[in-house]
Amino acid sequence: MKKRSIQNSISKIIPMPLAFSPLWPFIPICNLRDFSLLLNKGRSPNTQIQGEGSLLSYKTKDNIIKYLFFLCALVSVLVLGLIVYFLFIEGVPIFKVVSFKDFLFGKYWYPTSDPPSFGILPLFLGSIYVTGLSSVFSIPLGVLTAIYLAEIANPKTRSIIKPIIELLAALPSVVIGFFGMVVVAPFLQKYLDLDTGLNMFNAALMLAFMSIPTICSISEDAIYSVPRELKEGSLALGATHLQTIIRVILPASISGISTGVILGMSRAIGETMVVLMVAGGAAMIPESIFDPVRPMPASIAAEMGEAPYHSEHYFALFAIGIVLFFLTLIFNLIADHISHKYKQVGASTL
Amino acid sequence: MEHKKKIQVKDLDFFYGENQVLYNINLDIPEKKVTALIGPSGCGKSTFLRCLNRMNDLIPGIKVRGKIILDGQDIYDTGVDVVKLRSKVGMVFQKPNPFPKSIFENVAYGFRIKGIKDKDFIDERVKTSLRMAGLWEEVHDRLSSSALGLSGGQQQRLCIARAVAVEPEVLLMDEPASALDPIATKKIEELIYELKKEFTIVIVTHNMQQAARVADYTAFFLMGKLIEFDKTENIFTSPRKKETEDYITGRFG
Repeated sequence: MKKRSIQNSISKIIPMPLAFSPLWPFIPICNLRDFSLLLNKGRSPNTQIQGEGSLLSYKTKDNIIKYLFFLCALVSVLVLGLIVYFLFIEGVPIFKVVSFKDFLFGKYWYPTSDPPSFGILPLFLGSIYVTGLSSVFSIPLGVLTAIYLAEIANPKTRSIIKPIIELLAALPSVVIGFFGMVVVAPFLQKYLDLDTGLNMFNAALMLAFMSIPTICSISEDAIYSVPRELKEGSLALGATHLQTIIRVILPASISGISTGVILGMSRAIGETMVVLMVAGGAAMIPESIFDPVRPMPASIAAEMGEAPYHSEHYFALFAIGIVLFFLTLIFNLIADHISHKYKQVGASTL
Repeated sequence: MEHKKKIQVKDLDFFYGENQVLYNINLDIPEKKVTALIGPSGCGKSTFLRCLNRMNDLIPGIKVRGKIILDGQDIYDTGVDVVKLRSKVGMVFQKPNPFPKSIFENVAYGFRIKGIKDKDFIDERVKTSLRMAGLWEEVHDRLSSSALGLSGGQQQRLCIARAVAVEPEVLLMDEPASALDPIATKKIEELIYELKKEFTIVIVTHNMQQAARVADYTAFFLMGKLIEFDKTENIFTSPRKKETEDYITGRFG
């Protein structure tokens, strides 16, 4: 890197005649080609732009690279397509046994009793409730932390706290689940006098921990990238810092914040290990936030191992996967829509 | 100076960290006149301007020595309320920076943050301010559409309307026309001429013809020092310092 810049600057600053006499000590730094370019400087430009007679022309090389990249991009699309295809192949047969409506709105999930009952409403609601409750914790915490980091904290504090929050995202979910199981659950059980600490509240809390980094990090980037001109414009009109944050900075970064919130929630809704470990696992419609629940991902993870291949139970679990897929898809579409509709608007572009 | 002094700057030194940017500036800014600050890039004229409403406070690691006295009060005194100061000393920036709100809300912003609810009052002030900024005719039928849909020159006049709406006493302008085309620039200059009836205006400009056209007084800055400050015609016709003459005749800068 360094050598390269030395070469460049030398070939830029040395006028032709000088290149010979006093600069011999420098010449070895330049490679032969640079040197020949230096010598060619006086000649007609044609000699310089001619190709080097390599085996492939630049155009062919460019094309090869182009298709290579296209192929890489194609692989992920293809894989996604295959997964979705597989999901449907394995999930749709359940609807021969139970109607779509009974599947989605049935209140009883007894896949192994005789006759089995495949109503996923308790699981579906379990997912929705847990995610909803977790966002009650994670949205204010995440967004307020983001505002603090981007607007209020001094650069040094910011440089310490931000990586720590992002590190939280790097924690394996099983570790968070373990923490919820071993620390939070006994605590809740003891101090709130509950039958079990493994419940919706606990799961929501743990999921909030998992989605805060996403929410905070994306929101912080959005808030931080609000142009300084806007902030100064508000302050110059006699607005306080708080007024500036609420009236100018937040509206200007709302698209980024919403994207962060929704991606954080979609992370929570698809999260498996944490809910498997701490949600309690009871497939019933919860009546209070301290009831145990069994969200959809937890059901799939817990039951897939014991469902016989191509049994009704097996198909039903894949059908849950389809529902989950559509749920996260909707979340992502909303995030995408918001980030397009409320594009970050900055100072005017002339 | 025969005019009443609005702002008196005394022995002002300014530092970004260890870096001294302004050296011992002494300058009296006359009331209801246009004072232009000229000088080559990096001479400290924008920094000086931003000292006048304490906009530099936003930058960490700055240090200010000396006094800036506005109506008998040192604005760098510990007891000074910066928010009040800034509603008294308004500012227009180099790049038009309308908020991503409607045209009306942009101008009404100053009232919203003060908690003024009186709708008739706000309507009236928005209208007068837009008139004052010469924008009313162009936008009166689309006040509720986004300010970002305006052209650059219109946006800048909107920012001026926004600044004058809160009735400041001093208006700071940091190269307000540098991002605009000649026609929009001309409009801004005509506007400045009108505005000086009511406001004390301090304008930073790169364009010496502009200073000559709009300013009553001109201060020439070089390397963080105030070289010369005088009536504009004196600066441009018979500068006392050689540096000033070199600069305005285009020998450097």
